[in-house]
Amino acid sequence: MKIYEPEYLKPPENVIAAAGRGLLLTLRNTGRGLSILFEALFWTLTIVPVLQHRREVVRQGFICGIKSLPVTATVALFTGMILALQAGLVLRDYGQQVQVGTLVSQTMCREMGPFMTALILSASVGSAMAAELATMTVSEEIAALHVMSINPVRFLVMPRLAAMMVMCPALTVFTNVVGILGGMLVAYTQLNVSPTAYYENAMHYLHNKEIYVGLLKAWEFSLIITGVSCYQGLSATNGAVGVGLATRRSVVISFLLVLVTGYFITRFFC
Amino acid sequence: MLELRDVFKVLGGRPVLGGMSLRVERGQTLVIVGPSGVGKSVTLQHMVGLMRPDAGQVLVEGEDIQSTHGAGRERILNKFGMLFQSGALINWMTVFENVALPLYEKTPMGDAEIREAVNAKLALVGLEEHGHKYPAAISGGMKKRAGLARAIVRDPQIVLYDEPTSGLDPVLSRTIDRLILDLQKKLGVTSVVVTHDLSSAFMVGDMVAMLEAGRVVECLPPAEFVKSANPFVQEFIEAQFAGAGRLPAAKRG
Repeated sequence: MKIYEPEYLKPPENVIAAAGRGLLLTLRNTGRGLSILFEALFWTLTIVPVLQHRREVVRQGFICGIKSLPVTATVALFTGMILALQAGLVLRDYGQQVQVGTLVSQTMCREMGPFMTALILSASVGSAMAAELATMTVSEEIAALHVMSINPVRFLVMPRLAAMMVMCPALTVFTNVVGILGGMLVAYTQLNVSPTAYYENAMHYLHNKEIYVGLLKAWEFSLIITGVSCYQGLSATNGAVGVGLATRRSVVISFLLVLVTGYFITRFFC
Repeated sequence: MLELRDVFKVLGGRPVLGGMSLRVERGQTLVIVGPSGVGKSVTLQHMVGLMRPDAGQVLVEGEDIQSTHGAGRERILNKFGMLFQSGALINWMTVFENVALPLYEKTPMGDAEIREAVNAKLALVGLEEHGHKYPAAISGGMKKRAGLARAIVRDPQIVLYDEPTSGLDPVLSRTIDRLILDLQKKLGVTSVVVTHDLSSAFMVGDMVAMLEAGRVVECLPPAEFVKSANPFVQEFIEAQFAGAGRLPAAKRG
């Protein structure tokens, strides 16, 4: 990883200069973030042969996967319940409430499952990654790694990326299942749709493509969240203020990128 | 061994190093002193390649650290150990794991060998009982000592110390000073110490360099440094020892 020295920029002279600088800095930061992401992807090749790397990936997997389960389950359950209730009430007007299973399963697997999982991971795990790496940066721990000739991308970013690449799709599958079960609960209690009818409808129209597209999205979101959070953390400056800024930026940028790329993947595969 | 040649560095529009030239011979301890903001820590960061000079060269055994990359840079960095001002311990690792980190990452040593080497270094800094603790559970002085153990665990040829005694009580400061002296005597390491503490500078240094506005204004052995005619040096010495009665003894032998 290249060492980026702290920058001290003069205030821009006018609005045009500020806009131009903002654009150039965005392009430069995108390039640096992508270079860290691709370097970390390259280092994932060392997971299998090196024991310490495997251990660290498992530790990170526990942090971003297992510890996120309670909040993911709650969000997924209520997302499925809200979907079923909103759609079911409309469908009931046409006597088609039995179709609610199809609607919930399609929406969860293609859109809401990966999207809600990405939002949860971005807000909880991504922000924690950015804050942790930013604190390490401003307290000279990253500099200490450089002096020990330990590559921070290999040592810190790679295990987080590998864990997220596995855990984000896995949590998405979990979100889909819990969301569909939440829909089933509402369908049975509020819409008088039997669980068997709900299940049969939900599965009948659910094809492999919906599941694959959802998992592809989840995998892409894992790259976005880890890449953005780790880059923001590693480029932090200016003490506690810088840590706060890096954390805020990581969440905001991840949210926006998840939303935008989610749309384009849906558009591409529709 | 270690040389800075006419190094210039501007940060935030302000020149921090303005033609800094320094030379440290093998086995020598150079202490860099000076008021805050004159470029002491920036000098250290240039020595290990954490900063790139705007002009000038940083040479380690004749090799320019900035013009080497990849394996070449790693070979140069393997000669260094560095004690950071805050210790810079990795917070989610225990003291033992922190000290063992460079050995696990950069050497083919087995677990038993690493345990032995780490325990030896922890004993050297008086932390053999505290290896299982996390950095958040130990004092600032212990963090510094753990940082020192990590800096020397691979027996580096050059050790850099950034404010090794700042924030420590006088007894602990002298303990750290004695450790620096021991390392030089027993292992023959070349050391560069950045400090405000002149007592410490006179105790450990073979040469003391005074910085002003990013340049060396005086570089002399401690005994001659105290007699320097440079008014800036005299002012710094008087400010430090005002009321103390007498200057501390310089390093012997």
